[in-house]
Amino acid sequence: MNSTITYREAVRHAIKQAMEKDQRVFLMGEDVGHYGGGYAVSMGLLEQFGSERIIDTPLSESAFTGAGIGAALGGMRPIVEIMTVNFSLLALDQIMNNAANLLHMSGGQFNVPLVIRMVTGGGKQLGAQHSHSLEGWYAHIPGLKILTPATVQDAYDMVTLALADPDPVLIFEHAMLYNNKGLLDTKVIPLSIGKAKIERLGKDITLITYGASLFKALEAAQTLSDEGIDIEVIDLRSLRPLDDETIMKSVAKTHRVMIVDEGWKSGSISAEIMARINEQAFYELDAPMGRVCTLEVPMPYAAHLEQAVLPQADKIVAMAKKIMEK
Amino acid sequence: MDLDLANKLYHKMLLIRRFEEKCVEMYSKEKIRGFLHLYIGEEAVAVGVMHALSSEDAIFATYREHGHALARGIHPNRIMAELYGKQEGCSRGRGGSMHLFDAATRFYGGIAIVTGGLPMAIGMALSDKMMKRNKVTVCFFGEGAVAEGEFHESLNLAALWHLPILFVCENNLYAMGTALEFTQSETNISLKAASYRITSKQIDGMNVTEVAESSEEAIAQIRSGNGPVFLECLTYRFRAHSMYDAELYRQKSEVEEWKQKDPLIRLPQDWSDINIAQHEEEISHIIDEAVEFAENGTLESVDDLEKFIYSSEVAR
Repeated sequence: MNSTITYREAVRHAIKQAMEKDQRVFLMGEDVGHYGGGYAVSMGLLEQFGSERIIDTPLSESAFTGAGIGAALGGMRPIVEIMTVNFSLLALDQIMNNAANLLHMSGGQFNVPLVIRMVTGGGKQLGAQHSHSLEGWYAHIPGLKILTPATVQDAYDMVTLALADPDPVLIFEHAMLYNNKGLLDTKVIPLSIGKAKIERLGKDITLITYGASLFKALEAAQTLSDEGIDIEVIDLRSLRPLDDETIMKSVAKTHRVMIVDEGWKSGSISAEIMARINEQAFYELDAPMGRVCTLEVPMPYAAHLEQAVLPQADKIVAMAKKIMEK
Repeated sequence: MDLDLANKLYHKMLLIRRFEEKCVEMYSKEKIRGFLHLYIGEEAVAVGVMHALSSEDAIFATYREHGHALARGIHPNRIMAELYGKQEGCSRGRGGSMHLFDAATRFYGGIAIVTGGLPMAIGMALSDKMMKRNKVTVCFFGEGAVAEGEFHESLNLAALWHLPILFVCENNLYAMGTALEFTQSETNISLKAASYRITSKQIDGMNVTEVAESSEEAIAQIRSGNGPVFLECLTYRFRAHSMYDAELYRQKSEVEEWKQKDPLIRLPQDWSDINIAQHEEEISHIIDEAVEFAENGTLESVDDLEKFIYSSEVAR
């Protein structure tokens, strides 16, 4: 395939292809079958693959996530869909204590080839309990791999990469991206897990981001470019492992850094990236690093408040100008 | 049941008893550290259930799993070495008492979060069903697990999906130090399982013969495709919850009462030809060898510490 499709269709296409190719792959989660998926990703898959491989589960996040781990131990290649990251908190014991730990606890005997997909992020006026961005939080945990596809190509590639991985991989699909259109070429060799991608070359500031914030960053970079500030935009793609090499190389080129992260600031992935730059490239910096994160409040419902809480292109522009002044 | 089998079951129960007594000794000598949860008193459950399994079946157990590991056939040397934190241990010293694992005997832990093993057991059984493998998954847990949401989620899935799984509830009456009657409105746990339409039975967990026979029946039913079975085994731990437990929550007289039902006393009452002295002698050698093996084991190099976080770092 080499065509323009939506992010949603790209994820669906990847799952469909994987299931056609490999009998061990199956999808399970809430409303993935008859409803077609909470975000309509699995629409039509039940009809093609039947209820034995597209499994509607009860609202039992912990049990069906744990069942994914068990099935992976049993030789399957399960894809567990947790409707949103917010509900994944109910499965946190299984994800952290079991999926992430088993290989190590068993002295290398039991790996867990499990893929967990979940929706993340705010922007749809869903309030405090349906708008979390906890991917950075999950990136804290050794044993997991954390992927944050931003583009249509990555939405497809990351399902494929995750299924080929012998260890648990969590994919965070941002709710605002599903209708985005982009080019998908299924013939290109995907950039591997742990590799960041420079989405825009620039010489003045290295802007590090991931997920839906990538597009706000690119919009801001365009605005800044008109004002003579040349931003290099890095899409992390993977929050664990982090691609230190690509980050440090870019820092050594621009000598200025900003991070855009839809997570809260305190204890965030943005904080981790800053710490690593501090450790590995401190003397490359010409100015203090800056970041634009989600304000540290539970997500409000009202549209204007929600938008004020989230990172936005204008905040990114302002931060970039501030960094350039120093 | 015949004398041969009675001897076999007695041997395994005695092995667990003497192995754990040695663990206590080595704990006080500080050879073993961390948590050490003893199974002493409950041996009939693991031994009876394991008797009914084939080598192809999978086992998920809890943090009180030395007995299950021994009954399943993980070599005592490797278990003792694990408790010593040695590289020769069944989890290379990465797991410890609460995390015994063994791929060869399909022993999946050693899961130390109460109820944490149940969802994984569901998934294992689901994989067997999907791949049409005639295997059974057995999941052990204590009665304390019944209070967790995962217990109910898992039982529902097992029944709903008609999975080849045997749930073994080891009801020893106390969740750490809190008695069942203080935590459950319905203390008959088998009734809870039955409410999920799972074939469910309450049995005497101090009687290894009863456990073995009930397990055989249960496994036969599961293998013939009739869905999950739940066995509630009424049992009792003779020792404290862990080495840190002062046992303030139960009467000594209650412990003494249950000790009268000791499975190691009970079985020879039915089979007087069991040669206890001979078992003791054999087992004493096994235990001595296990200790020697553990003592002589290697401490893994700290340089390898960050291995086994991801598969790419596993030397296969």
